[in-house]
Amino acid sequence: MKNTPLLEVDNVSQFYNNRRILENINFKINKGEFCTLVGPSGSGKTTLLQLIMGEQQAHTGNISMSGFPVKSPNIDRGIVFQSYALFPHLNVLENVMLGLNLQSRNNKVEHKLLLEKTFHYLSLVHLKDHAYKYPYELSGGMQQRAAIAQSLIIEPKILLMDEPFGALDPHIRDEMQVLILDLWEKNEMTVFFITHDLEEAIYLGTRVFVLSPYYQQKENKKSRNQGARILLDKKLSTHINSTEIKNSPDFFSMVSQIRNIGFNPKKTRLVDEFNTLHDQTK
Amino acid sequence: MLEKIKQLREIDKAKKIFLATIPFIILLMLYSLASTLRHQDNANDKILPSISQMADAFYIKAFVKDRRTDQYILWQDTFASLKRLAGGIFFAAILGIIIALHIAMLPKLDMLLSPFLIFISMIPPLAILPIIFIAFGVNELVKIMLITIGIFPIITRDLVLTIQKMPKQLITKAKTLGATQAQIIYTIILPQVTPRLINVIRLSLGMGWMLLIAGEAIASTEGLGYRIFLVRRYLAMDVIIPYVFWITLLGFLIDKTLYWISKNKYHWYCKT
Repeated sequence: MKNTPLLEVDNVSQFYNNRRILENINFKINKGEFCTLVGPSGSGKTTLLQLIMGEQQAHTGNISMSGFPVKSPNIDRGIVFQSYALFPHLNVLENVMLGLNLQSRNNKVEHKLLLEKTFHYLSLVHLKDHAYKYPYELSGGMQQRAAIAQSLIIEPKILLMDEPFGALDPHIRDEMQVLILDLWEKNEMTVFFITHDLEEAIYLGTRVFVLSPYYQQKENKKSRNQGARILLDKKLSTHINSTEIKNSPDFFSMVSQIRNIGFNPKKTRLVDEFNTLHDQTK
Repeated sequence: MLEKIKQLREIDKAKKIFLATIPFIILLMLYSLASTLRHQDNANDKILPSISQMADAFYIKAFVKDRRTDQYILWQDTFASLKRLAGGIFFAAILGIIIALHIAMLPKLDMLLSPFLIFISMIPPLAILPIIFIAFGVNELVKIMLITIGIFPIITRDLVLTIQKMPKQLITKAKTLGATQAQIIYTIILPQVTPRLINVIRLSLGMGWMLLIAGEAIASTEGLGYRIFLVRRYLAMDVIIPYVFWITLLGFLIDKTLYWISKNKYHWYCKT
């Protein structure tokens, strides 16, 4: 049991109209990790997420949760989308409570408990005072906080986040980053976080993956039809709950190192040079 | 400051109402003028009755019991017509929403039924009116059926498009929150479609009235359409014109009521 990873992606490749999107993706995520996946736009980040969700099935390879193959979206894997995806006909309270209500048997005693739990989660994301507002009455940051609470409340085994802060203003984004780290720590969550923002990926993650199609299969030979691979899998030190660290020189050098690896179409290096087998020994 | 903004807003409102009434006043004035001119030529003119003549005729229909039937004719007609209209729209809405939900949720049913539905919706309902009357007789149900047949394809097609346009992420989200297929339909999709249903009903009311009047004109013993076509024989424009006005007013009020419901009960729909 101890050796079974929470999420295992095993040799997954995916095609779209004969075009390779993803190629030989391998990784394992253990309970409690905060994994960020960063890559240039169009590199197949969202496709990978949809595979993990179970919205698409992988053409080759396997994806499993605690050893069981992933079929369709279910309560094991919570999701937070960039576009918030709150239910417009429900107010904040009802939106957050929805996951509990869908599974309850509608008796009054239970309802009271669920309501208490909902308010607890609303206070975690600082939305207690806005419980009876509808999504259209909230700012983007508030909507995303509601969406986070909505997914967290049913305690999924892993929380998948698809560029969740991509549409927010920079200072709100910083606030949200601190908030999600705080929630991750307090609730002992496992998070798989997709972003195209390098700084965000490095700041948030305990582990960062770089997904990119910019590599060479053989020396001086770049195939046209090659899918994105994971070119880097790096463990990072845990971070302080402040965005100050983003201004340190170490942070800058890390950002430029990753930019060189995954974001530069001209500087393609041989695939062997990368740590694609994900040795965690380094 | 606030006082001033409030004042300005009230002036705006008054301006709006004033401007909106102008076309009505112009129409009324033009009509009075034409009617007066015709009455100068011929004091017994029936084609353009004066406004007071119409008011008298309307008063008799509305507030004087008919000697033959011992009833107030206008209210009897109104009640009969509204019952048919409501029935027709009700069945169309129920049928439309059931079919639409199934088509939108089951891709195979979509392939099976959608082309057929598009085809059906092109049939002019008035053209099959004789078929319906011959096949099913001329009872009350058939007049309701005519309205239902006429507007359910519009409602169905519109709702299918609405559901298919809903963000897929909402369905995925619902699944990750543990929703079963039935819960997705009844707690996620249906409540979001309801305000749209009200809107489509508003849009198809005109069609509903048309089919109602046509049905009543051909085979009925009471109803607003029946009355208009009955008194037509005596050139009773003093009854016909107020009846048309009355029908228009009813339609307008029904539309406003539905709008009010969707604005208040489904305020989130208007904002998104």
